[in-house]
Amino acid sequence: MAALIDRALAGDRRSLARLISRVENGGPDSWSALSIVYPRTGRARIIGITGSPGTGKSTLVSEIAKLYRAEKLTVGIVAVDPTSPFSGGAVLGDRIRMRDLAGDAGVFIRSMATRGSLGGLARATTDVVKVLDAAGYDVIVIETVGAGQSEIDIARTADTVIVVEAPGLGDEVQAIKAGILEIADILVVNKADRDGAQSTVNALHAMIDLGTTHNRTLHHGALMEVNSASGSRARHTARDGMRTVTAEQSQNSDRWYPPILMTIATEGKGIDKVIEAIGQHRQYLIDQPEGQQRVRARVSIELELILGESLLNRLLAGLGSQAIDHAIDQVMKREIDPYTAVEQLQAAAQVRA
Amino acid sequence: MAKKIRVLIAKPGLDGHDRGAKIIARALRDAGMEVIYTGLRQTPEMIAEAALQEDVDVVGLSILSGAHMTLLPRIVTMLRDKGLTDVRVFAGGIIPDEDVEPLKQAGVTGVFGPGTNTDHVVEFIRDQFKDAQ
Repeated sequence: MAALIDRALAGDRRSLARLISRVENGGPDSWSALSIVYPRTGRARIIGITGSPGTGKSTLVSEIAKLYRAEKLTVGIVAVDPTSPFSGGAVLGDRIRMRDLAGDAGVFIRSMATRGSLGGLARATTDVVKVLDAAGYDVIVIETVGAGQSEIDIARTADTVIVVEAPGLGDEVQAIKAGILEIADILVVNKADRDGAQSTVNALHAMIDLGTTHNRTLHHGALMEVNSASGSRARHTARDGMRTVTAEQSQNSDRWYPPILMTIATEGKGIDKVIEAIGQHRQYLIDQPEGQQRVRARVSIELELILGESLLNRLLAGLGSQAIDHAIDQVMKREIDPYTAVEQLQAAAQVRA
Repeated sequence: MAKKIRVLIAKPGLDGHDRGAKIIARALRDAGMEVIYTGLRQTPEMIAEAALQEDVDVVGLSILSGAHMTLLPRIVTMLRDKGLTDVRVFAGGIIPDEDVEPLKQAGVTGVFGPGTNTDHVVEFIRDQFKDAQ
């Protein structure tokens, strides 16, 4: 295992692919690998791309990767697609839209199935990202499953989250619902050559305004400075007929306003603005306390998840399947309730430990 | 968790029909495998590199263009050159009977023509991994 890790981190792609599989399959093997890998992580910029199915995420990922490659940065891509809840199998089709990247030794693409996770990523996606980070990829792009409203795991994995929308998928009510739009650091309206693109932009714009009324005021043609409740100064510009918030305007405030950008990914249009916005968001995270807060929240959630998994595994191993089957039978017959069953199982496990 | 069988389904060459490839992809998915589908018009290099990055156990190639005797052995060679020595390769599509034996010699373990029952392909792949599972 140590030899495999050495080769993988030294740039051997075959070993890297195998190491990723080990990590993806989980278990003690993967934990020991990750503990070796971890000290070498933290260098890559991690970008998450999410949005409904059919908005053009894969094509956008491909175009973003191309521009980073033009800057001579290496790119790792982790593309997640859903596992069938019935068969446990999956068809992973994100590579179809990434064929332009084939043959580039500076790009490594890995498809992952969710394997039962419901948050838009696989359980091991974060770990696979760590491996690519340690292997020296400058930029890592994660593409989530086609996500609707609550698949927000990406927010605790990526530094910058891009939510991709397309015209005609929903009305303004969709835009103000809680969930996926709230995790956006950058909003992209892809397929901007289609009818209704501007009204999608407007709906998103209205949502952002609603969400930040405490911090700023918009007025036609005026640049206004507003003291929010917390005392921090926020500035925002709005002009008649120019409803799109630009990345530059976002950056001019103490807090981050998600810029709304239009792209036509199939023609590579507007991607440079997305790259620019990612760079500005990255700078924002470096300059502002929110950057560190995010990292802390991310580590905290990660520790909690690993701790939970570890405790559960230990508990289950200590109990044996017989005790658990017995508890299931009892609850099914309504001899005891599930809460009492869990208390009894915990007590039994402690006696044994 | 038991290790999933990962399969790359690819279409080498220039023909634009991927119905068969999609049917196989779907059948393998329903059999609990993880199928990476790469789409049309893949070069041997693209296929071998995708197989490497995805760390697949099996590569399935669908070819209808008649170029199988050139392309398939080249893909097998490229896979081996990249160190994917234990990856199994099978093929489907329009492949005349007399070409089957030479292809097997070249490392294409299974050849499935039109009308093959998808269960048969699933069985074929499972058989290859009986010992590993």
